[in-house]
Amino acid sequence: MNLIFELSKKGREGFLAPPIDVPQAAVASPLRRKASLRLPEVTENQVVRHYVNLSTMNHHVDKDLYPLGSCTMKYSPKINDEIAAHPGFSALHPMQPASTVQGALQVLHALSQALCEIAGMDAITLQPAAGAQGELTALLIFRAYLMKRDGHPRRKVIIPDSAHGTNPASIAMAGYEVVQIASGPDGLLDIGGLEKVVDADTAALMVTNPNTLGLFESRISEAVACVHNAGGLVYMDGANLNALMGITRPGDMGFDACHLNLHKTFSTPHGGGGPGSGPVAVKRHLEPFLPVPVLSTKDGGYFWEWNRPDSMGQMHGFYGNFGVAVRALAYILMMGSDGLYAVSENAIINANYLRARLAYHYDLPYSQPCMHEVVFSGNRQKAHGVKTLDIAKRLLDFGFHPPTVYFPLIVHEALMIEPTETESKETLDRFVEAMIQIDHESQAEPERVRDAPINTPVRRLDEVGAARNLNINYFAQTHGS
Amino acid sequence: MHYIPNTEEDRAAMLSTIGVKDFEELLQAIPRELRLVKPLALPRAKSEWELRERMLSYAQENKDMAGQVSFMGAGSYDHYVPAAVRALAARSEIYTAYTPYQPEVSQGTIQIIYEFQSMICELFGMDAANASLYDGATALAEAVLLAHSHMNRSKILWPVTVHPHYRRVAETISKSLGLQTQMIASPNGIVSRADLRDKLSDDTAAVVLQYPNFLGIIEEIEPLIEAAHERGATAIVVADPIAMGILEPPGAWGADIVVGEGQALGIAASYGGPVLGLFAAKGELVRRIPGRIAGVTKDRQNQRGFVLTLQTREQHIRRERATSNICTNEGLCATMAAIYLSLVGPKGLREIAQACMGKAHYLAEELSKIRGVALAFPHPFFKEFAVRFPVSASQIADHLLERGILAGVPLRHFQMGLDDLLLVAVTEQRTKDEMDAYVGAVREVISS
Repeated sequence: MNLIFELSKKGREGFLAPPIDVPQAAVASPLRRKASLRLPEVTENQVVRHYVNLSTMNHHVDKDLYPLGSCTMKYSPKINDEIAAHPGFSALHPMQPASTVQGALQVLHALSQALCEIAGMDAITLQPAAGAQGELTALLIFRAYLMKRDGHPRRKVIIPDSAHGTNPASIAMAGYEVVQIASGPDGLLDIGGLEKVVDADTAALMVTNPNTLGLFESRISEAVACVHNAGGLVYMDGANLNALMGITRPGDMGFDACHLNLHKTFSTPHGGGGPGSGPVAVKRHLEPFLPVPVLSTKDGGYFWEWNRPDSMGQMHGFYGNFGVAVRALAYILMMGSDGLYAVSENAIINANYLRARLAYHYDLPYSQPCMHEVVFSGNRQKAHGVKTLDIAKRLLDFGFHPPTVYFPLIVHEALMIEPTETESKETLDRFVEAMIQIDHESQAEPERVRDAPINTPVRRLDEVGAARNLNINYFAQTHGS
Repeated sequence: MHYIPNTEEDRAAMLSTIGVKDFEELLQAIPRELRLVKPLALPRAKSEWELRERMLSYAQENKDMAGQVSFMGAGSYDHYVPAAVRALAARSEIYTAYTPYQPEVSQGTIQIIYEFQSMICELFGMDAANASLYDGATALAEAVLLAHSHMNRSKILWPVTVHPHYRRVAETISKSLGLQTQMIASPNGIVSRADLRDKLSDDTAAVVLQYPNFLGIIEEIEPLIEAAHERGATAIVVADPIAMGILEPPGAWGADIVVGEGQALGIAASYGGPVLGLFAAKGELVRRIPGRIAGVTKDRQNQRGFVLTLQTREQHIRRERATSNICTNEGLCATMAAIYLSLVGPKGLREIAQACMGKAHYLAEELSKIRGVALAFPHPFFKEFAVRFPVSASQIADHLLERGILAGVPLRHFQMGLDDLLLVAVTEQRTKDEMDAYVGAVREVISS
């Protein structure tokens, strides 16, 4: 496929600017652009063809199963996009006076209340634009709280070795030291190990529940108590909330704060890498430290309160991803409390069904019932010279997106599968059949698996070469203009 | 139930395969005392029809920019969005894809990222750009963090003329890593070179400049960047991508890192989000850029292809030593920006920028003809300017609102000591009639 720059020809136009019905104004000479911009010169129809053809090379949720672990690749309802596109939502300037955007503020308030109810929390900020930003926001809230309470923020944050990479990265960005503890032989948080490392230097414990193995942390209350007794705080990474709705709540487990991923649990589109939204819900004692501005109400109207002396600061230019929040509220209102319970129920059943059917063919490191996702190991296939990477590539030939591979780090040759509740049993059966066939191939014709994929727009790509012969900017090469 | 294909029959069959008699058996790991005993206190499921009615009733309560004429700026602008941008971004293949972990089935996404990166480099005059960050403010925060880790110095110099929200976000994110803010005097709306030289030290990690600045003024940033470099500080410039249609880019003036807000590039205002953080850098900083980067490579059949590259910077590989914690970014918005830039091309962007500038100057001149009304600062500006009226800025804004005009952003909110000023933005969408109506309405307020 050509690059858009390779379709460019001098004189082609994709756009006619609106007429200027007033005199021109010129930029003073030294500030005026000298060299012509080398943006593509193509017509609209060429642009459309280019992007349509590019798009058809993508796998996507609307096409088929996309079972990435902890990504919750569920269906994104179309009505939500239609609603969010209404000018009453999409054509609002962030600095408009509150009196002109009461509908928008009501949406944010309704979403805030619904998410607090779902999470079992007292207050919330919708400002973080993604889960990782939510993690950082919460850590900085913790920091501000500890500073106020004790006069110092403490030094360490504890995570299990199964933690998602954003967790330690967020901890480092928040100015804390990462303390990683090994999970127990059952795949769960090792409470004894935790007790050994928790001390007066512990600012927080950060866990995912269910964890990244898809297992519910049964002893979570003990973990929470241990950290609280030492004066620390406990944070839940809410990426796996799709397993919990209507069943249990982070707030009830004792967490001081958690983030939610609207682009996972709450169906907002994945966009090829965002936009997402990572609201942070907190217990009452952390409410004064929320980022500014805080959505407030007075005399039946809503407004943004910027005057919050204990606030940890501001995390986004404005209020976060409002357009994503609109879609999440629409989803929650449509599904209702019965629907959200059914979401978690079916997500759990689907994942356990895969667990039961695939367990004959793939190593299952932890055989107890999982929640909404299940982690297998490709060790058995590796004995025949077929790695998890090869299994993933061969799945592409069957029209499926592979599960997450090589994560969590504590499982060798990991395959982390999260089907979600929006997949039918027929789709799951097709996926299982493909996985069974790949298992057979790995024994009978391993080269077939190692050569995969062959049915995709490109074959396996040279990632080492990409870094070695770095080309990340078309215009850094010598091209004729 | 919405979007859940499993029937009672399916569930029964699956539970049987799993080997349990009911769903409850799968929840054994959850302690009884943590189980909810009643349903969530939310309303029951709705039909799509009911949902639509409910959500639209919220939408209809707002006075949006389709119904009012907007002269508001301060980081969000009412530029025209060509139809093809929305049409293409609405394709399932584009917006229901996710992180391109398996590049062989993500060539669309990754090639779009590569093209986007290249266009941003070209706009800003830089060597490398990433796939996007959350918004202009957080992009600036990441730039500050990069300067800090690169230089191992702890002070950041800020003029008042950088968007105050951006500064607050950068301070929030960098404070716990020991970074300190130092303000540079900006009397009369532009950076004081003398004060900058005075405050620069061997502990200055970076100088932040905005171009055009927060007040809309096109500052001569080259000497400011030179001064920063003389003391070994990194020059970070926040730039308006639309202005790049007619301004010499920050890269040409020596900027080390350029960040910006890409909302102006084909993305709806959307009450401040989702928008688009732009990030580009030069030279040796390239290997420390935060976020995703797409690169060119070949496949096993020697065909050109695209992959995410330099991933050892990222959290999924480097964890606590990653250059940033960012994972999900603003992929769809970056796609829209790439489509927008492909459609407008160099000529279109130049014409849009010229239209913004010409129209802003027209409105500024017409307003200046009203007795008692004056531009606050005597410097060249692009598409935004600050005005002083003989009455308060809020009075102007309130009166014009009654006439269906969003007059501008009162600067009182930003607590910059410019409480009486109104920041007025004019894009290529504003017509002479709309601007004349603005002027007429102002005359009414003042004469009454």
